[in-house]
Parts: sequence; C-alpha cells; structure tokens
Amino acid sequence: MYSQITANKRKTWFLIVIFTIVIVGLGWVFGEYTRSGNAGIIIAVLFATGMNLIGYFHGDKVALATSGAKAIQKADNPRLYRLIENLAITAGMQTPKIYLVPDSAGNAFATGRDPQHASIAVTTGLMEMLDDQELQGVLSHELSHIKNYDIRVMTIVIVLVGVVLLLSDMLLRSMFWGGRDSDNKSGGILLIIGLVLAILSPLFAELIKLAVSRSREYLADADGALLTRYPEGLARALEKIASQDRPLKRANHATAHLFLANPFDPHVTKKFEHLFSTHPPIEERITKLRSMM
Amino acid sequence: MELIWILVIIVGAILLWLILTYNGLITSRNRVDESWSDIEVQLKRRYDLIPNIVNTVKGYAKHEDSVFTKVTQARTAAMGAKTMQEHAKTENMLSETLKSLFAVSEAYPALQASTNFLQLQHELTDAEDKIMASRRFYNANVRDFNTKIQVFPTNVIAGTFGFVKREFFDAPDVALETPQVTF
Repeated sequence: MYSQITANKRKTWFLIVIFTIVIVGLGWVFGEYTRSGNAGIIIAVLFATGMNLIGYFHGDKVALATSGAKAIQKADNPRLYRLIENLAITAGMQTPKIYLVPDSAGNAFATGRDPQHASIAVTTGLMEMLDDQELQGVLSHELSHIKNYDIRVMTIVIVLVGVVLLLSDMLLRSMFWGGRDSDNKSGGILLIIGLVLAILSPLFAELIKLAVSRSREYLADADGALLTRYPEGLARALEKIASQDRPLKRANHATAHLFLANPFDPHVTKKFEHLFSTHPPIEERITKLRSMM
Repeated sequence: MELIWILVIIVGAILLWLILTYNGLITSRNRVDESWSDIEVQLKRRYDLIPNIVNTVKGYAKHEDSVFTKVTQARTAAMGAKTMQEHAKTENMLSETLKSLFAVSEAYPALQASTNFLQLQHELTDAEDKIMASRRFYNANVRDFNTKIQVFPTNVIAGTFGFVKREFFDAPDVALETPQVTF
C-alpha cells in the first residue's frame, strides 16, 4: 500500500522528466535549424515547465472539462453523495468532490493530485444502471485509486501525453498541407520534427501503459473489495457495464486510462483495443473479483 | 579502540530502533483516538436527530407515551456511556427502542404520508450508515494498533511504556439492523 504510493510519486517525477527532455530536445532541434540560437530551447523550457505545472495543478480540471462533468452538491443527488461520503469515512479519507457526467454509457473515473485534492466523476447512465451495492463497488474502486495516488500519475499523463499527441498531430498535418513548397527550408524542419514526434507518439502511448499498468486496475479492484468487503458488488457492476457495451460519447485517447472501464470499447473485444488497451479485459477482472470470495 | 566503536554503533542502532518503534506506536495510538472521535461525531448526529423524530411522531400518535419515554431514556443512557462496553450496550438499546418507535408509527397512515417524517427517516438511515462506516475505520485502526503492540519485539517496548490494547467497538446490532419501515 505505502510502497504503491511511493512508486506512484516516483513515476510522476519520471514522467515529468521524460516530457521535459522530449520538449526541450525538440526546442533545441528547432532552434538549430532555424538558426535562432537559444530561443528555441528557452521557449521549449518555458513551455514544458508551464505544461508540467498545468498538468500537476490543473490536470483534474482538464480531465473533468473534456469529459463534460458537472459538479454536484449534496442536494442534487443525495444518493450518490451519501454513498461516497460513507465510503470515505470507512476509508478514513476526505470526501472528494463529486461530479456527474451526462452520458448514458455506464462509466466512472477519479482524478486529482492527492486525497485532499481529488474528484470522482460518475456518468448518469451508471447511476441508473446500478443498485446501491454495485455502485458502492465502483466508488470504492475509484476511492482506492485516490488513496493509492494513482490519480496523480494518471492525471499528469493526460496533459503531458495530450500535448505530445497534439503537437505530433499538428506537425503531421502541416507537413501534408504544406507539402507543395517542399523546397522551403522550414518545411523540411517541420517534416523532421513531425516524423520524430510520429515515432515518439507510440512510445508515449507505451509510457501511458507503463504508468497506468493493468496491475493498477486489479489492485484498485482488490483494495475496493477490501473497503466494502463485498467483491460481488463490483463484479456485478462490471458485468452490467460489459453487457451494456456502449462507448462513451466524449471518449478521448488522452483520458481513456482514467476510466473504470475502457470508454471506447468496454468489452475490450476488438483486437486493437485488446493490444493497446489501458485496461485489462473486463471478464478477467470479474473472474478475479469472484475468486476473492 | 575498535571494540568501543563497535559498541557505540550497536548502542546507537538499538537507540534508533527504540525511538522509531516508540514513535510508530504513538502514531498508531493517535490514529485510534482520532477515529474514535470520528465515531463520536457520527453518534452525536444520531442523538441530535432523535428528538426531532420523536416530536414528529408525537404530533400524530399522542397516546404512545411509553415508547417516547423509552426512546428518550435510551438516548440519555447512550449519551452518558463511558466505557466501550457501555457504549456498545446503550447504542444497542437505543436501536431497539427506535425500532419499536417505527413499529408504532406504522399504525398511523397520516404519519407515514408525512414528507417531514420520511425525510427524518432518510436522515436517520444515513446517520446509521455513517456510524457503521466510522466504526469500521475505527476497528481497522484498533486492529493495526493491537497487532503492533502484540508482535515481538515491539511488545517489549509497548509493555515498558505502558501501551495497552484497545477495544473494538462491536455493536453489531447498532448499524447493521437499520430500523426498517415499510412504506
């Protein structure tokens, strides 16, 4: 438990360092090619620092905003509020902020940087689909992510990976569209940077997987079960989500790893999702939960 | 000369171990105390709700005085409990009397239809859920603390400095059996 927390804090630093190196490296390449001296590096350092700070302090807001989550008070949804409150008391932690995502697909996620600055978001579909015991299973899974500091790693990943994916996307596009005047020097630079990023993007995707390894999901399942003492609740909830098999409307590759179940393909049946999935197959999780009893 | 250094290192290591173990014990004990005060907060919430409920029922069912006095007595007893056994016992009693209060209230359809009464019932259920939640957190902390002071070699230090085992707050009927009311 405590080693998990330390490992997560270490991983956060590791991600920040890697990201900074990549961005500063790109800045250096850019500066060398355009012969603008150190300007490239300076801009890159400032940019990387800014993005790291945003990722650390506001990553949760980015995640909540991109998924369209709305903050709720106790009066808005006493059922959800009380369930979370009671589980937080059992776990001896502060009640996180609570959000609802208007989406009929059943899913949930937690985000933030530590248990004092944490949020839990639940889709309206999940609220309708599950009974209290199942919902408790899901919420205790999310609370375990908060308690283990998984949220810190996962949240910083959103912004850092998001930026790299966005940059590579932008550069590759400009490479295609600006292809005609290829004798232009800057076109060649963009081509190289675009290619470098294109090569790096899968590496970053790999990093996400490294950071949010599937074992983390199993661990949160187990910790959650320890909290409710009722693994069957989460097992049934996962079953319902799998049988609904409906992708989230605002699913997004930068935030996919946050969710309880894979937001693109909850079942993880498609070959691609299976290979590159940030989540273990749902059936396997159910089997593991059932074997705990 | 070398022998002295070895001795110094050994004594230093033992001292360090002593300090770390002692501090660890203090931390665990404080955690137990803190989680106990969490339970007290939740228990108090329930105590505060009970007069409201009694008064609401009174408004509809005027002739059930014996039930009302029992609930009030049980509440006073629970609030005055000192030891852990007393707490467990009086909380049990209180739950029992509340059950009879709700049983009585079933005979009054007008009361059952009152939104105020329903609201209070929800609040009470929530208060009891929270008591259960904080009780589980407390018991988990007690288990950790007790294990710590019982295992060797920490038990030697715990014995020397007078750390004693804490009691679990076992009140199985308090929260598990929520007064169920049919609607």
